[in-house]
Amino acid sequence: MAIIKLNQPSIGTQRQIVKKMNKPSNAFIRFFTDKRSARSVGGNIILVVCLALMAFLFLFPVIFMFNNAFKPLNELLKFPPDLFVKNPTLDNYYDLGAIYSNSLVPLSRYIFNTVFIVFVGTAGQIVFSSMAAYPLAKYDFFGSEFISKLIVMALMFSSAVTAVPNYIILSRLGLIDSYWAIILPAYSSTLGLYLMKNFMEQIPSSLIESASLDGANEFVTLWRVVMPMVKPAWITLFIISFQTMWGITGGTYIYKEELKPLSYTLLQIASSGIARQGVMAAVSIIMFLIPTVIFIFMQSNVMQTMTTSGMKD
Amino acid sequence: MGDKIRANGKYNFKRNRNLYLMMLPFLILFFTFNVLPVLSAIVLSFTNFNLLQMPVFVGLDNYRKLLLNDNIFITAVKNTFVIAVITGPIGYLLSFLMAWLINELPRKIRAILTIVFYAPSISGNVYLIFVIIFSGDPYGYLNAKLLDWGFIDKAILWLQDTRYMIPIVVIVSLWMSLGFGFLSFVAGLQTVDKTQYESAAIDGIRNRWQELWYITLPNMKPQLMFGAVMSITSSLGVGDITVALMGFPSTNYAAHTIVNHLNDYGSIRMEMGYASSVAVVLFAIMMLSNRLVQKFLKRVGT
Repeated sequence: MAIIKLNQPSIGTQRQIVKKMNKPSNAFIRFFTDKRSARSVGGNIILVVCLALMAFLFLFPVIFMFNNAFKPLNELLKFPPDLFVKNPTLDNYYDLGAIYSNSLVPLSRYIFNTVFIVFVGTAGQIVFSSMAAYPLAKYDFFGSEFISKLIVMALMFSSAVTAVPNYIILSRLGLIDSYWAIILPAYSSTLGLYLMKNFMEQIPSSLIESASLDGANEFVTLWRVVMPMVKPAWITLFIISFQTMWGITGGTYIYKEELKPLSYTLLQIASSGIARQGVMAAVSIIMFLIPTVIFIFMQSNVMQTMTTSGMKD
Repeated sequence: MGDKIRANGKYNFKRNRNLYLMMLPFLILFFTFNVLPVLSAIVLSFTNFNLLQMPVFVGLDNYRKLLLNDNIFITAVKNTFVIAVITGPIGYLLSFLMAWLINELPRKIRAILTIVFYAPSISGNVYLIFVIIFSGDPYGYLNAKLLDWGFIDKAILWLQDTRYMIPIVVIVSLWMSLGFGFLSFVAGLQTVDKTQYESAAIDGIRNRWQELWYITLPNMKPQLMFGAVMSITSSLGVGDITVALMGFPSTNYAAHTIVNHLNDYGSIRMEMGYASSVAVVLFAIMMLSNRLVQKFLKRVGT
């Protein structure tokens, strides 16, 4: 069972300690020459070649998209096409502005919709799933085991299965054509709860008990004591939730043009094919860069939390 | 985990009141948007329902029609299975393999490669670039290159020709398969106790493969199970990619999947009863595959 103790030094620090104890040479050279546990140098070289090849295959479409976003029209429609842009231009972004300025609903409205859905959705998901995760992780009460089991099972309730009844439920609640049609179902995601719960389980109970204020109730304890301890967990949840909410188009739940998120309009623009491919790439860059930047900044925290997100058998 | 806060007593509802209160908001939402939909999908699958009139109970009619008379559904099941059988296991193994390969690299290179492999899953819309790459006219990237190099003499309709659709969906799905499961593998591998490898080398473990099977995998069972659930639901739930690339409906339904079929009846034809029976069949397939995979994973490393 993979367990991280919270007071343990971070992986980075551990590595530095190990580095000092071992040969303090360059990490890359050490990687090739390390004779520990009967591994061959030849194997390592094959490994690096394979990885470089895979990295290229995975990056190729992304590189292509990046270059397309900055190509002028004559390069976009050149035959044969080049992968890399020769005379980078911001024309595609101006065109994008032109498309949106001709649309019924201004671009700023789509951006507002996306920002609202992403932030209200993400914040709520963190609050609700931590509040539900804490009792399940640290207390034994009537129903706790049943709920925990149900939540593991619910990881498999894929959105495809629940889409139809969800539509009926949302329409009965009068939530169709509102932001809440996207936000409320996202709040009920069990992935976040599962993540928070697994992380909270790693905190020794004695630590919470000794740190909690005299006579403080569970709400105060969660807010003042537990949440600071599981900061990596809710940062991870922030990233995952951000990424999910950012990509939701809400096509089946929102019909009013002025309530649709940015991702929906991207799909519309992209569907007009080859003529607008530069613009499409430009929007894709915007859609891609924002979650990526967030991911890069938070990556060390993510790695620590993902470790504990495995299932108990 | 036995380490719980020394209890107020399991059945002391009065003292546990705050705990129930804390869970209440989530449980209400969870019940409304997760449990209730699954239950009502099962109930609705036995009815005819068009959202306007009250549902009419029709027994097993929907299932009979679905399994015996709906040729397009059979096509959808075939397509979904072909796609899922390839992308599910390969995507899963690929996630693990990549995580395992980058695990030994220096920390900075590992961080960069993690982002490279995870990038396709970061934004749900990046795969739209494949519309340009596989575009059917001579300006599509692949066509243009093949024409230029002389491999073909006229453009191929990659996204409209029934022969190429499934392979293209498989390629794009695999490209996107290194998601949450991959991240949890990367993290899981980091926590395997390094001293185990050293003592294992003394005990006669001779190569990478034995190390992997006897030490690494058994240590990572929780992550392996989590990753399996993720790849089962995503590979069987394939549908967005086919609509974005091949349109809806695809030529001759050659890229039609179960999820496409479900959306067709659920949000276009508004035959909710029938759509629910499709959902129930999909759900049953997912649960069954998960059972099988979890059973298999229990034997790993023995």
